[in-house]
Amino acid sequence: MPEMVNRPYEAAFEAHALANPDVLCLSADLTSSCEIDRFRDNHPDRFLSLGMAEQNMLSFAGGLGLAGFRPFLHTFGVFLYRRPYDQLVASIAYPRRKVRLMGFLPGVTTPGGMTHQAIEDISVMRSIPNMTVLETGDATEVESICAAADSIDGPVYARVLRGSVPRLFDTPIEVGKMRELAHGGDVLVVTAGIATEEAMRARAALDRAGLSVRHLHLNTIKPFDAAALLDHIGSVRHGVVTLENHVTEGGIGSLVAETMADAGIGKRLVRLGLRDTYAHGGSRAYLMRYYGLDALALVRGIEGLVGEEFGIAERDLDAARIDAVHSDVKAEAL
Amino acid sequence: MTAWQNERTVEDVAHGIRRRVFEHTIRNNGGYLSQACSAAEQLAWLYHDELRLGPPTLPMIPEPFGGVPSADNAGYRTGAGYNGPAAPQYDRLFIAPAHYALVAYATLIETGRMAPEGLEMFNRDGSSVEMIGAEHSPGMEVHNGTLGIGLSTAAGLAWGRARRGDTGRTWVFMSDGEVQEGQTWEAIQAAAHHRIDSLYAIMDVNDQQCDGAMSSVMDVRDIKAKIEAFGGVAVWIDGHDPDAMRRAVAIPHEGRPLILLARTDPARGMPPLMARFPRLHYVRFKSAEERARMNREIAEALGTDPVSLEDA
Repeated sequence: MPEMVNRPYEAAFEAHALANPDVLCLSADLTSSCEIDRFRDNHPDRFLSLGMAEQNMLSFAGGLGLAGFRPFLHTFGVFLYRRPYDQLVASIAYPRRKVRLMGFLPGVTTPGGMTHQAIEDISVMRSIPNMTVLETGDATEVESICAAADSIDGPVYARVLRGSVPRLFDTPIEVGKMRELAHGGDVLVVTAGIATEEAMRARAALDRAGLSVRHLHLNTIKPFDAAALLDHIGSVRHGVVTLENHVTEGGIGSLVAETMADAGIGKRLVRLGLRDTYAHGGSRAYLMRYYGLDALALVRGIEGLVGEEFGIAERDLDAARIDAVHSDVKAEAL
Repeated sequence: MTAWQNERTVEDVAHGIRRRVFEHTIRNNGGYLSQACSAAEQLAWLYHDELRLGPPTLPMIPEPFGGVPSADNAGYRTGAGYNGPAAPQYDRLFIAPAHYALVAYATLIETGRMAPEGLEMFNRDGSSVEMIGAEHSPGMEVHNGTLGIGLSTAAGLAWGRARRGDTGRTWVFMSDGEVQEGQTWEAIQAAAHHRIDSLYAIMDVNDQQCDGAMSSVMDVRDIKAKIEAFGGVAVWIDGHDPDAMRRAVAIPHEGRPLILLARTDPARGMPPLMARFPRLHYVRFKSAEERARMNREIAEALGTDPVSLEDA
């Protein structure tokens, strides 16, 4: 079991904001849900409550950017692009404002169902010119997301984990650099966000079954280092499996597919994620199992790719961590 | 006295705006003509009288389109330089209904901020003088072609400028149609909540939108009462009376944005245009006969010569 870190964003944002006077903290009525309530209470002069009015918040943030500030917008990821998409493009992306869109509860990390689950955000954000897209996969990446996002000369969308978050890595995000977590030669597994922890669980069992996995973790989805990915694809025998907390259209599976097609790579690709479907409300573990986003789904995907069954069952996978539904870290709460 | 200041009256500048837009529309067999009728005094008043602007920083003859903002386009700049530098003591202006661009360009010419040649580049391929004002178009600083976003952006800019101690105001020229967008009300409530009183707007209430009269498309009811309910300060004025604008802008509005609601006539100065009512949004002549008649009748109304159509 990895170390669990409680509310890593809270202290990380405060430290970054205090070191950068032009950083402002904006919230759309989800202040404690985005772990900025203590910042609001301690630094009210740096905090702007914009209420449940995201269209205004995005254009307003564009105006703050025009005035030379670097606003960090805090709300659930889904509320940063679905309702205010026009404002996102016209007021933030086109003019390359240094607005940092901190999207909490990506994909099925919320039990809130369709209205709360950002399942096509990467697809949308990737297709917007001038936009940088980052995703956090552990506590260390959450702790470094503010500095990483704020280093970008333009707008940034970041998928941010909250609550009790495992620590998987010991080095901060380096924008544009993928993490090579395993160096095997049979199959390349590419993951991002919470899917990475699942892939790490699956890897141990696959190792025991004699399959050598190469595992890449992406924290920078756009811009993307295509050359590095192609090198890794060239180093594996069978092909590539992607697993993402997102629909399989437009996310990292598509990103890998485009990279392979552009380079004329003839290897197979299996894309795992939400398959052209919305999700419903439920616990994260339940949803990841139900929709095929967990370690077992990855094992089955790899079996499909290599055409071999490894006899791996749930009990063979490293124990999934259990989040207390009503713990003080509000892991499930909205 | 420099090129961008002169001894003319607001009424004279407004007349010049109407005449330029009229001539352009006749020559090009179409244009946003009614917007010149309704907005001429408002834009003339802003540029000639009210706004504190520095001298223009961009060439009098606009440069061609220089590409959109991107990490690779280091030389990119907006058209804000026609309004002067973005210095702390100066005002800023957004033209929220970007389809008023033709009228705004004519205003820049009439106030000595752009050469008349600029209007010849209007809506020409490769030109920065775009039909729907882009942020690289003369006098523009942000994209506003999607209606309803201007006031929010200005509120954010005004808050940021006040935070930095700027004394300059942030102004928005608005249209009444965009109050159909919910974002307008979000912007006013946010500006009031955050006590943004360096935010000013003047709204061209001409009761016209693309499909026709606003009351027939989507009635917006009492705009003033709504603005006040959301926390702003609003005042009705005659949108063709510069003295009314001067009085209205002096109204105290501590902690609240001030919005001047300028009631206007969509055919002011060009009564023959009412033959097209209620389809005034974009005037394209239906026949050579109509074009010739409008050329003759509107020129007479404006007290100017008809446009020579020999070479048109």
